[in-house]
Amino acid sequence: MCNLKARFIILSLIFFSITFNQVKSEEKTKLLKVDWSFKGITGKFDRSSLQRGYQVYTEVCASCHSMNLVSYRNLGEPGGPEFSVDQVKAIAANFEVEDGPNADGDMFTRPGRPSDKFVSPYPNVQAATAANGGAYPPDMSVLVKARKGGSDYIYSVLMGYEDPPAGFELEDGVYYNKYMDGKKIKMSNPLSEGIVTYSDGTDATEAQMAKDVTTFLTWTAEPHLETRHKMGVKVLIFLTIFSLLVYLSMKRIWSRIDSEK
Amino acid sequence: MSENYVPSSKFGKWFNDRLPLLTLSKHLTDYPTPKNLNYWWTFGGILTFCLISQIITGIVLGMHYVAHADMAFNSIEHIMRDVNYGWLIRYIHSNGASMFFLAVYIHIFRSLFYGSYRSPREIIWILGMLIYLLMMATAFMGYVLPWGQMSFWGATVITNLFSAIPLVGESIVTWLWGGYSVDNPTLTRFFSLHYLFPFLILGLVVLHIWALHVPGNNNPIGIDIKKPSKDTVPFHPYITIKDLFALLIFMIIFSGFIFFAPNILGHSDNYIEANPLVTPKHIVPEWYLLPFYAILRAVPDKLGGVVLMLGSIFILMALPWLDSSKVRSTVFRPLYKKFFWLLVIDVLALGYVGAMPAEGLYLLIARVGTIYYFAHFLIVLPVLSRIEKTEPVPLSISEPVLGGMLKPEMARSDRKDV
Repeated sequence: MCNLKARFIILSLIFFSITFNQVKSEEKTKLLKVDWSFKGITGKFDRSSLQRGYQVYTEVCASCHSMNLVSYRNLGEPGGPEFSVDQVKAIAANFEVEDGPNADGDMFTRPGRPSDKFVSPYPNVQAATAANGGAYPPDMSVLVKARKGGSDYIYSVLMGYEDPPAGFELEDGVYYNKYMDGKKIKMSNPLSEGIVTYSDGTDATEAQMAKDVTTFLTWTAEPHLETRHKMGVKVLIFLTIFSLLVYLSMKRIWSRIDSEK
Repeated sequence: MSENYVPSSKFGKWFNDRLPLLTLSKHLTDYPTPKNLNYWWTFGGILTFCLISQIITGIVLGMHYVAHADMAFNSIEHIMRDVNYGWLIRYIHSNGASMFFLAVYIHIFRSLFYGSYRSPREIIWILGMLIYLLMMATAFMGYVLPWGQMSFWGATVITNLFSAIPLVGESIVTWLWGGYSVDNPTLTRFFSLHYLFPFLILGLVVLHIWALHVPGNNNPIGIDIKKPSKDTVPFHPYITIKDLFALLIFMIIFSGFIFFAPNILGHSDNYIEANPLVTPKHIVPEWYLLPFYAILRAVPDKLGGVVLMLGSIFILMALPWLDSSKVRSTVFRPLYKKFFWLLVIDVLALGYVGAMPAEGLYLLIARVGTIYYFAHFLIVLPVLSRIEKTEPVPLSISEPVLGGMLKPEMARSDRKDV
């Protein structure tokens, strides 16, 4: 039996090493790895990074990218950037929200409220596509979960702008990015040093902004990540202790049978 | 014995004479179970847990989900963000499907290894296969409901398989879709059926267990035993506590997925809302359907692919009649044991190449794997079961030596596989 098992393992190893080698040779540029604070079973978001990330999103990304699934109130909820209630109200009031119809049947605009969803930069997908050279800037609410590689991928793309190698053909309005499929992207490099001024005095380098905005996007994609991690640890502890107790009871109960032998 | 059971209380007796629920519960408690069942036998209980947990979480999700092509995607995100513990319920449900399949595959391979499909348990086996078929249909339709890119395109690819049927194929596909492409009518009917099928499964599970309780459990050495006897233990507390322990270990793994890697088994494209105008680069089904997907794509002809894919499942139903070996358990079939593990590798390999593009080496592996899969059941098993020289089988679980064993060491209880 042992012999068989060994053979089974060896055969599978051979098989998977062959196929993995083939995969490797096809693989694209390796993604940049960041030591994210939200990784691992006790991972949490870095509060100030989330707040800075929101600033980068709203000052840079939001001019093209919508975020339909997130409300201003979320910015003040536990596990997120945790802006104070007044800050959230002030942030929301900065935006003009279309509401209505009113009693006369007309649409009107009013300052945003915390319960409003993030205001989109374009009225619809078609308008967004037309304004961006035929490439729709994807909604960013769940973007991190919608891309293979997740946070590392988003960060890599933001950091992946380079001059194209000699002889690389680029059409008009297309940019070279080594982490994109086909190494082409229709978004120009959105980040440049000092494009935002952080109120907490952090140096707004490209890497810093990319890291902050990716953290923010990870939170918008998975707003309950911290609750999930906390609960998960408790559940695992409970299940481990419980299964240990059940194991001991089981040994006790079965000892009646085993002693009959 | 439970058949002559008389409840002690007067009301209990009155009630039980009219509806013998107490007799049933007595039967379930006393049910004589072979005492040498190993942990591979705990997956029946684990699967029952999976089914119940899927039904409960599914009913709650159904309270918040909107089955409409324009709203389904956002309603899932509403559950994930705004419903209290909605993220937990949804992650239990989506990962629960994977855990359900993991458990069912172990359950099926256990049955294959120990010959649990053999006479007199053919009906249990066929009912199990029907449950498995319904599970696949349910899981497939459930995967469509979030209305992401993989939902949409997976539904398109799978429903299009029916177009391979000669003459009426195209009409059947239109009928399934409720239109000329996968669209809102498809989504609403999938939701309706996804809600219905688990209850059909539940009904079949009752029959599956009922059929099991007629001959009783098979066991690792695959012999018929007297019940009740020294070879058996009452189901409660011996098996219940063992099943509970195994279930808890299973739940630890399950929780690992739910809380720390809830999306690792899914496809990232399914977080992009369905778009009929953009086809994803690689359309892949969920991991548990990959071996069948590999078989489908291994055949150059569409109809042939569909026939082989369905054949690969239906062939299993004929298994009790393909295997004519006098010995049930593979433990005593040294030659067949090797082929059994070859089959396991084969199915894993098919699953792996099913996730890869159908070209080059992958396609070759898929073809070889498909050929072996069918050869295993149609050639290896029938031939081996006739010519193989099996090892001597003990006569009972507790007294193998007295039973005239040729090789007493065969019955040693410290053997891992017995």
